Amino acid sequence: MHCHLDAPANAISVCRDAAQVVVAGRSIFKIYAIEEEQFVEKLNLRVGRKPSLNLSCADVVWHQMDENLLATAATNGVVVTWNLGRPSRNKQDQLFTEHKRTVNKVCFHPTEAHVLLSGSQDGFMKCFDLRRKDSVSTFSGQSESVRDVQFSIRDYFTFASTFENGNVQLWDIRRPDRCERMFTAHNGPVFCCDWHPEDRGWLATGGRDKMVKVWDMTTHRAKEVHCVQTIASVARVKWRPECRHHLATCSMMVDHNIYVWDVRRPFVPAAMFEEHRDVTTGIAWRHPHDPSFLLSGSKDSTLCQHLFRDASQPVERANPEGLCYGLFGDLAFAAKESLVATESGRKPYAGDRRHIFFKRKLDPAEPFAGLASSALSVFEMEPGSGSMSWFVDTAERYALAGRPLAELCDHNAKVARELGRNQVAQTWTMLRIIYCSPGLVPTPNLNHSVGKGSSCGLPLMNSFNLKDMAPGLGSETRLDRSKGDTRSDTVLLDSSATLITNEDNEETEGSDVPADYLLGDVEGEEDELYLLDPEHAHPEEPEYVLPQEAFPLRHEIVDTPPGPEHLQDKADSPHVSGSEADAASLAPVDSSFSLISVSHALYDSRLPPDFFTALVCDMLRFYAEQGDVQMAVSVLIVLGERVRKDIDEQTQEHWYTSYIDLLQRFCLWNVSNEVVKLSTSRAISCLNQASTTLHVNCSHCKRPMSSRGWVCDRCHRCASMCAVCHHVVKGLFVWCQGCSHGGHLQHIMKWLEGSSHCPAGCGHLCEYS
Amino acid sequence: MNTAPFLVSFAKYSSIGIVLYISEKERKRDKRIRVSQPLTRGPSAFIPEKEVAQANTVDERTNFLVEEYSTSGRLDNITQVMSLHTQYLESFLRSQFYMLRMDGPLPLPHRHYIAIMAAARHQCSYLINMHVDEFLKTGGIAEWLNGLEYVPQRLKNLNEINKLLAHRPWLITKEHIQKLVKTGENNWSLPELVHAVVLLAHYHALASFVFGSGINPERDPEISNGFRLISVNNFCVCDLANDNNIENASLTGGNFGIVDSLSELEALMERMKRLQEEREDEEASQEEMTTRFEKEKKESLFVVSGDTLHSFPHSDFEDDMIITSDVSRYIEDPGFGYEDFARRGEEHLPTFRAQDYTWENHGFSLVNRLYSDIGHLLDEKFRMVYNLTYNTMATHEDVDTTMLRRALFNYVHCMFGIRYDDYDYGEVNQLLERSLKVYIKTVTCYPERTTKRMYDSYWRQFKHSEKVHVNLLLMEARMQAELLYALRAITRHLT
Repeated sequence: MHCHLDAPANAISVCRDAAQVVVAGRSIFKIYAIEEEQFVEKLNLRVGRKPSLNLSCADVVWHQMDENLLATAATNGVVVTWNLGRPSRNKQDQLFTEHKRTVNKVCFHPTEAHVLLSGSQDGFMKCFDLRRKDSVSTFSGQSESVRDVQFSIRDYFTFASTFENGNVQLWDIRRPDRCERMFTAHNGPVFCCDWHPEDRGWLATGGRDKMVKVWDMTTHRAKEVHCVQTIASVARVKWRPECRHHLATCSMMVDHNIYVWDVRRPFVPAAMFEEHRDVTTGIAWRHPHDPSFLLSGSKDSTLCQHLFRDASQPVERANPEGLCYGLFGDLAFAAKESLVATESGRKPYAGDRRHIFFKRKLDPAEPFAGLASSALSVFEMEPGSGSMSWFVDTAERYALAGRPLAELCDHNAKVARELGRNQVAQTWTMLRIIYCSPGLVPTPNLNHSVGKGSSCGLPLMNSFNLKDMAPGLGSETRLDRSKGDTRSDTVLLDSSATLITNEDNEETEGSDVPADYLLGDVEGEEDELYLLDPEHAHPEEPEYVLPQEAFPLRHEIVDTPPGPEHLQDKADSPHVSGSEADAASLAPVDSSFSLISVSHALYDSRLPPDFFTALVCDMLRFYAEQGDVQMAVSVLIVLGERVRKDIDEQTQEHWYTSYIDLLQRFCLWNVSNEVVKLSTSRAISCLNQASTTLHVNCSHCKRPMSSRGWVCDRCHRCASMCAVCHHVVKGLFVWCQGCSHGGHLQHIMKWLEGSSHCPAGCGHLCEYS
Repeated sequence: MNTAPFLVSFAKYSSIGIVLYISEKERKRDKRIRVSQPLTRGPSAFIPEKEVAQANTVDERTNFLVEEYSTSGRLDNITQVMSLHTQYLESFLRSQFYMLRMDGPLPLPHRHYIAIMAAARHQCSYLINMHVDEFLKTGGIAEWLNGLEYVPQRLKNLNEINKLLAHRPWLITKEHIQKLVKTGENNWSLPELVHAVVLLAHYHALASFVFGSGINPERDPEISNGFRLISVNNFCVCDLANDNNIENASLTGGNFGIVDSLSELEALMERMKRLQEEREDEEASQEEMTTRFEKEKKESLFVVSGDTLHSFPHSDFEDDMIITSDVSRYIEDPGFGYEDFARRGEEHLPTFRAQDYTWENHGFSLVNRLYSDIGHLLDEKFRMVYNLTYNTMATHEDVDTTMLRRALFNYVHCMFGIRYDDYDYGEVNQLLERSLKVYIKTVTCYPERTTKRMYDSYWRQFKHSEKVHVNLLLMEARMQAELLYALRAITRHLT
């Protein structure tokens, strides 16, 4: 329910009986009756033809004992009292013109009928007895303008005042000489304060620093008990009746809403009223014992009555989920309880264990209990498992450019293998095979590389047998050989990485361990297929922590030279299950071992590399999904044009940024710069074009050299001369730390090759290392 | 490297300027031919060098502040003059440093260019030269210095608001703001706009200070090459030309020379005392208060208009000078100037009620929201200048000068149409003598017309440092007035 006023309101106040409200502003001063459905204008106190500045109200207050008595504070510094009981049209009663500046606030004593207090811009507070013509006493804040004064509700003699410089003072009305207590409450002006209607010691203050603070004044030093951070400066604050922890606030600028806060919940307002179109200037609870009606006046010239139950509740829209990483890799996760309950039934994340699981104890008395309660779980990293040394090593040792593709792949595969990341190593080898024609593969490496390729069938496998593999993808499954687990479908994926093919082993055990073969048939031409070799899971499977990387694997190489005869042999073997790729799922083997064979799709050496692009892209995505964005980016860079066009720009950019971010977190600046340089994504290469300025200080005057790097504007000399050629050094400058002479890097190097003395002739024996 | 083409063009311009100037000068008054040397040495043409230097050598603090905050890294003349009030200097330098060098939405060269645009509105060559240097140093494109038509449209769009802010800030409406921020190729974001507005207001006000204190051009033979020296001189000639012109012109209305300056001071003290006492018994009616404000507004109208006539008898000369000088390159519509707020009585522009939009309550919050931290710095600066006092007046000590400071501050706001409900504008009339009003009006509204004569003619008993204090008050009051109007428009745009 609202009604339109003729002019912007500056303040409102409610009559004791909660049936009338007075609205005051620069050019409005009216009393409205609050009826069932509407406001009805009852009285216009702004009478007289010539509008006087005395009627330009900054504040208005209705006496809580006497319903005929009102007081206004005028912007010109006058305090006016009004008696509604006067018979004439002009209800103006008394005029106090003692303040020199604008009066910001007036306040009646809550119980005493004749005592009025005012606070003004001139820094004074004055106490008036309405039976007398002038003030009874004057209180000087000794500081800046007074913004608010409020009588304490319980302490008969006490009142609080707030100041523009951030101070709050407590006064005894009988002692005008000095304040009882003073403390700094806010940074910047304190616009408002309000005593708690029940808790005698609590005072709420609101300031320009966008905070509402609740102070406990009963203790020796005022103690901040609650603090609410709002989004704009706080113009008014009013405790909500009958609700111990609720208070309403409105702002002076920018934000037009009225918020009701539960001070124990300082981040999300309990309720929010969004009716006003301009800043709200006055708020008042309609009845001192009814928490459901709030009245407000605004600069948009409306007067509103808000029903608490109609308020929008931001809590409902809040997102109670949160996720955060700790410094050492711990992970905290808060979510709705319902979500957590179902999740906790699941198998815990491999390698991590849930360390703490707790729930906030909820006070059932709290009004917001159950509104949004969330459970917090903390996952702790196992010591060591969080170590990222492999990442650092890999990043540092990978070669990304500058050599032929084959060499790069070999090098990177080697690096990965040395770090015990065999799957990655295999991938590199595979890439090499795919993109470098076999003819180029040097003979000594042939077997080796083919073998590698065959045991690293993961990506290929994925695409060939996608149907089968899908459930296995990404699932963290432990292979527990000792249990004879033969869950071939899920194991398959991991096993491709974890299992060890041991040719010798196979030879020896061949008789009693029939291997399974998976035959990926591409073209249906048997002689063009590489055969998959049976792979035996190694018996000494270690306990793994990070599933896809931490397996120390031994690779035994299948000897499968791409000769047709050999292939033919294999193809002829009884185990070949035909040319159906789909049929490649593993046949469980009836052995005491769970023998997992990983089948590998074969490829045609004559197939163009393009054929595999889709697979490679899938592989890259797979790595990225797995969290190994390093691999994805490295491959992307190494393969360059070969795959780039098949992965959309945004994904690439995303990978690059993640990888660069990671690198920078590990302080691998060089690597990260290299990656940036090698990236072809425009957004990424821009990274290194921003803030490229290097600031230098002059060696003479120590001031920054702002215009050019080699001439100082202040002392007008060149900062760095080469001791050899006597020219200004405009690039790399090297100098001796002993005698501080130096010059062009090349010159100094050359000089010191021939001489051990300083080129400047200072006699110092310089060393260059 | 990239300064070279600029300097050439600069020199071209300035040589034309100086030639024209001399010929005009010769025609009009053939006594002086060249005024290439400043009249006084030291940082200010109005203040004897020893006044400033004396304070300067004592002050370690100033040097520290300069080290810390100065953008040029040296003690420029403005700083030297301001260092008479070290307390203030600190907040001034800090806020200036923040808006020029620290985190902000605008790129560094743009900031300096905006400063140039602002200073150009008042043909303040001193500030222009300073920021042309800085502009180039921070990597600005030298071509822009050829004039407004060479800068991106976006910066050019700022011209309108620059013009209004400098001369008639009350005309700024939310439509102006909307035009700048509405989405498009050249739109301004609100934080950028606020940054720009703060810069504009700061440099308009600083121009007032420069002219009001007669700041001399920087003399730094080491840095200036031949070209620069000429250009600098050309500009400073303009400044001093005013002074020469006025030499023979008699100032009207000034009662100085008749009243002995000493008794003048006594009279002022007396009036202040009386006002203080009067307050208690005499109560002016509301109508009277309103009339007083209107009267003060109106009177301010006559204050300078009479004076302008005398100080600028050769209006053609003035026009020539504006057109030929380098300065006009950075502005459009050079004829647009201050027009008295009161004169527009027919349309009856609503008076800005200070209580409805104050700096403390509203301006601060908005500025700080959009351009973080500047609010605090400006707040501190305003507070500092308003409360700065040494409790002295000329030879007297232990004087409460609050009343005088408030009168100065409010009088400036009055000329921009800002009215304080709780202020009795009758006080202005009592406290500020006519010659001071002339000076105030000139410095705040047409700073480029300030002359040494004006500076000397008021408060002759007062110390120079006190007059600098007055200038500081005027400068900050002006800046606040501009900011209030601009921010009010932005607020209205937001709601």
